[in-house]
Amino acid sequence: MAEKAIEAKKKGQKKSSEDYTYVGMVFHRLTRHKLAMVGAFMLIFILLFVFVGPLIWRANPNTQIEGLGGLFNPASRAHPLGTDDYGRDVLARMFFGGRISLFIGFISAISSTLVGALVGLVAGYYGGWSDNILMRFTDAMLSIPTFPLLIALASVLGKGVWQIILVIVVFGWMTDARLVRGLVLSLKEQEYVEAARAIGASANRIMWRHLFPNTLAVLIVSTTIGIGGAIIYEASISFLGFGVQAPFASWGNMLQNAQQFIWNSPRLIIYPGLAIFMTVLGFNFFGDGLRDAIDPKLKL
Amino acid sequence: MATRLVEVQNLKKWFPIKGGVFGATIASVKAVDEVSFFINQGETLSLVGESGSGKTTTGRTMLKLLQPTGGKIIYKGKDITNLTPNQMRPLRRNMQIMFQDPYGSLNPRMPVGDIIQEPLDVHSIGTRKERRQAVATMMETVGLRPEYEKRYPHEFSGGQRQRIGVARALVINPELLVLDEPISALDVSIQSQIINLLQELQQRLDLTYLFIAHDLAVVRHMSDRVAVMYLGKIVETAENDELFDHPLHPYTQALLSAVPVPDPEVKRERIILQGDVPSPVNPPSGCHFRTRCPYAMPICKEQEPLVIEVAPGHTAACHLLTKK
Repeated sequence: MAEKAIEAKKKGQKKSSEDYTYVGMVFHRLTRHKLAMVGAFMLIFILLFVFVGPLIWRANPNTQIEGLGGLFNPASRAHPLGTDDYGRDVLARMFFGGRISLFIGFISAISSTLVGALVGLVAGYYGGWSDNILMRFTDAMLSIPTFPLLIALASVLGKGVWQIILVIVVFGWMTDARLVRGLVLSLKEQEYVEAARAIGASANRIMWRHLFPNTLAVLIVSTTIGIGGAIIYEASISFLGFGVQAPFASWGNMLQNAQQFIWNSPRLIIYPGLAIFMTVLGFNFFGDGLRDAIDPKLKL
Repeated sequence: MATRLVEVQNLKKWFPIKGGVFGATIASVKAVDEVSFFINQGETLSLVGESGSGKTTTGRTMLKLLQPTGGKIIYKGKDITNLTPNQMRPLRRNMQIMFQDPYGSLNPRMPVGDIIQEPLDVHSIGTRKERRQAVATMMETVGLRPEYEKRYPHEFSGGQRQRIGVARALVINPELLVLDEPISALDVSIQSQIINLLQELQQRLDLTYLFIAHDLAVVRHMSDRVAVMYLGKIVETAENDELFDHPLHPYTQALLSAVPVPDPEVKRERIILQGDVPSPVNPPSGCHFRTRCPYAMPICKEQEPLVIEVAPGHTAACHLLTKK
């Protein structure tokens, strides 16, 4: 009995020594976070759906079935999720729309985090008047009502995937800038930063080699949650008609397209709506768990 | 006569206190106020004093990690007081600092090998291979296994981290090393290891130390000369034995009487100071120490005592000495 207990204890210790590295420790805590795991499974499901789905169901999302008989078909063997108002396969459009939505979500969340990090680093590290100017600019950006300006911007920039990403980044970097600035203000008082200055390291080196890596944990969490936000944003822009343009699908413009038929074919609104809902919820759950795993004391 | 490596004249570092609607400077914390000392090549000067006396600020200002408010810093006969950070960069090769806190002074997101290599990278010394080699050699010199270079600081103990700090400071062959309470955060058994390492390295590499500490037993063991600080001023400077055997300033005497003696038979007079250290924002007039000095006289309130040389190499600032 006693030997077994010792054996079990040894096993426990072995487990904990595996978790000794930082990444291992975070991963271990993450797997214990129930909500994060729910989020992770939702995201894995969505990713499989979007990337593996088209390999199994090889329908063209833009092919229209000729004749009135092809429109608004309910689910059938030929079209598992039916067809839409142009007679296009909804399942295939869900796959390719999802790819575009996720692509926009990832790229714009990562870019806006990087822009925010850059602004926050410079403002926090240099302080003084550069801090003042950058932070007042951030405040000004935050106070701009987004949607009216968005419509104006869309008419100037034109419509398309990269334009949407640009718009989301332009209006999305401010919270990260504030976050990073706050972190840098406390990090730059650390002795290792002073040690770097004593070595003769340049401001650039201190910012990118010493300060930035120490904000990375927080930025990863913020990006994860930001992806969900960016997907909603893309959907809103596309819903207003300024986003991804037909015939290309995105979950947002599928919603927009479907609103005219909400009473006749509610399923056309339910599928993309549900997909957006699941993706955003998944990213939020996962991001929440990641935050708890990286630093339980962190306030974000 | 030994050559002077670094000399500090009337060094001042005041930290402004901002207040009011327009953020005007309403007062200053006089952390370092008119401090002068010199360090000869190859010797150890210790800076002692209680918490808040300005020891650390003096060390950092001397290295220009803080811009001095006044005074002069002369390094190898060259005035470096007003050099810009860019002009300072080449000089930083020659002067390094080791910090008190073994936890805060190493970047937690950098492998130890990179931390030690960084000074070489910053000053573009050698090829990549040579740098790696230098790091491995340095790690061995300070008693760390070179295989550990890929590990992160949190995987080391406090003593090992201080060794990493030493390695980082010494990898570019500096002449002057400021040791900012390098052992205060360590266990006693580890303290002696680090002290021995520092002494050994000093002899081997011909280093000059400014040793900032408050443990007087260690100071006596380590130093060639000792300077005693109180409230931003140096009150007494002397050779090691001279200071410990014949302290002249009342503050030094009080400080030394607080050192425990390992012989229970020895009876000696304990000087117990009353009250707290006054605020450096608004230090007492005249002699800074007069509020707690057992021998305070009327003149102490009116005049600041001058630094006088009592014996060769032994200076102190006290009115008691002027009277004699």
